Amino acid sequence: MRRLHAILSVLPVLLLALGLVTVAAAAPLDAFAPQSGITGSLDIAGGTAHIPVMKEAAKRIMTVNPALRISVAGGGSGVGVQQVGEGLVAIGNTGRPLTEAEVQKYGLVSFPFAIDGVAVVVSPANPVTGLTGKQVADIFAGTVTNWKDVGGKDAPITLYTREDGSGTREVFVEKALKKGPQAATANVVNSNGAMKTAIAQDPNSIGYVGIGHLGESIRGLHFDGMVPTQDNAASGAYSVTRKLYMNTKGAPQGLAKAFIDYIFSPEGKEITKASGYIPLDR
Amino acid sequence: MKLDPAVQGPSRPFGRDARTPLALRCAAAVTVLGIAAVFGFVTVYALPVLLSGQGLAVLSWRWLPAAGQFGILPMVCGSVLLACSALLLGWPLALCLCGWMHGLGPARPARGLRQLVHGMAAVPTVVYGFVSVFLLVPLVRQAGQGSGLCWLSAALVLALLVLPTMVVIMDAALREQGRALRLTGAALGLSPAQVFAHVMLPGARRWLITAGVFGFGRAVGDTLIPLMLAGNAPGVPASPFDALRTLTAHMALVMSTDAGSTAYHSLFAAGILLLAVSAGVSLAVRRLRGTGQDSLPDAEWRP
Repeated sequence: MRRLHAILSVLPVLLLALGLVTVAAAAPLDAFAPQSGITGSLDIAGGTAHIPVMKEAAKRIMTVNPALRISVAGGGSGVGVQQVGEGLVAIGNTGRPLTEAEVQKYGLVSFPFAIDGVAVVVSPANPVTGLTGKQVADIFAGTVTNWKDVGGKDAPITLYTREDGSGTREVFVEKALKKGPQAATANVVNSNGAMKTAIAQDPNSIGYVGIGHLGESIRGLHFDGMVPTQDNAASGAYSVTRKLYMNTKGAPQGLAKAFIDYIFSPEGKEITKASGYIPLDR
Repeated sequence: MKLDPAVQGPSRPFGRDARTPLALRCAAAVTVLGIAAVFGFVTVYALPVLLSGQGLAVLSWRWLPAAGQFGILPMVCGSVLLACSALLLGWPLALCLCGWMHGLGPARPARGLRQLVHGMAAVPTVVYGFVSVFLLVPLVRQAGQGSGLCWLSAALVLALLVLPTMVVIMDAALREQGRALRLTGAALGLSPAQVFAHVMLPGARRWLITAGVFGFGRAVGDTLIPLMLAGNAPGVPASPFDALRTLTAHMALVMSTDAGSTAYHSLFAAGILLLAVSAGVSLAVRRLRGTGQDSLPDAEWRP
């Protein structure tokens, strides 16, 4: 299925490469075509949440022009800042805004390109429709253990969380739990998809997923009265969010500039959306 | 599966002499070097963690990376508990199946059973995990308290997973014995069930234990079943309905953290422990095969 998906997503690129759009209308990928004269390689490192977007964009670009070499690595936001600052990579990704000190020290320029929102979710069978920040913090700290204490039926709460190092978990702990304590008894799943399956199956569960992953099978809770939707996350009416940034040392040049332009193009925004994030305008 | 230890004795066709073909020697060297490289790399990466001040931090009972605690002992405990319980469920079942195939059950269904068990070995692990998430986990959730993603669920499925490995080993041993003993037993007036219980089983004892050791090795090394079914909470379970996290699932979960962080380095310590367990299992198997040759007359019984 994955392969089929990959084939389907590569198809339009192949069509582009076949020259169907050599008619003047500038397709975003034209900037990378062999005849555009662009050459070289591009190294990207940093935040792990960025990886699906970066990889898909890199794949499409390298399909159009196999002479280009784009590498995408993780490492986390700290690594992203450090490596782009030291000149080891051309684009360093962070899941947080740069600090004043970092900008000063390295002369970095930031490009926020997406919003990553996280929703608290329960099974659709659960009568609870909303929780306050304090209630969510108490539940995940393990001090509230029964749904009846937060307005639900008399049933024990089963906790689900994400693995250490997950970007989704990072946002959730920072913005929803305010870095509060987390119960060690929580079940751990290792992707948004696995979380969705687990929550949908277990009527007494509570967990969290990226807003892009909300659907029929799970219900996003109102958090402190805020409704978790893509629109609210984009407008700021829902606050359990963060921006995803690409950073360069000084103004981006050559292939790095073309890559960033591509991420902000309509096609780049589609990739961002397909990865579960809300694309931002430049 | 060679049952006769004599085959490995001095009479084997390829001794340590010049007649060993070069290709075979190369294959052996590549294998040995590969294994040595794995041990070498894991050791080299784990040593800094174990030798520095973090050594004690890794060998503790609390896994709280945010608070700077990187204890992997709960995961060691989880691996051992899960593997032992899977074996406790799977080994007797394997023995019963073999009993059915060797004299306790009618011949035709026994043949079907053997084919079924062999077929089970071909089912990918992820299929067991996936099916169990939708079929077994809801049942366990209703039976006990909690989420259903727990020690019990994982142990049940893992027992099923290691079953073919154990059955194949036991079956091979019993078949060798049966070939030699069935007629003799019948001549003495023993029923097939009596031959199985009183003659074949005692004779195949060594192989029954070997099957258990292999099953344990397989169970302790499996990643996907505990990752999908055991809940992965990094604590020691108090009941079969509590979640646990195995070393293998732990490594799969923590892989995505920052390279170079303590959490990442602690994985190599976990890796060394796992390797030590696998090596221990291999050595145990070798010991079992090596000892007691004289006390087991199966070599003389060969037709």
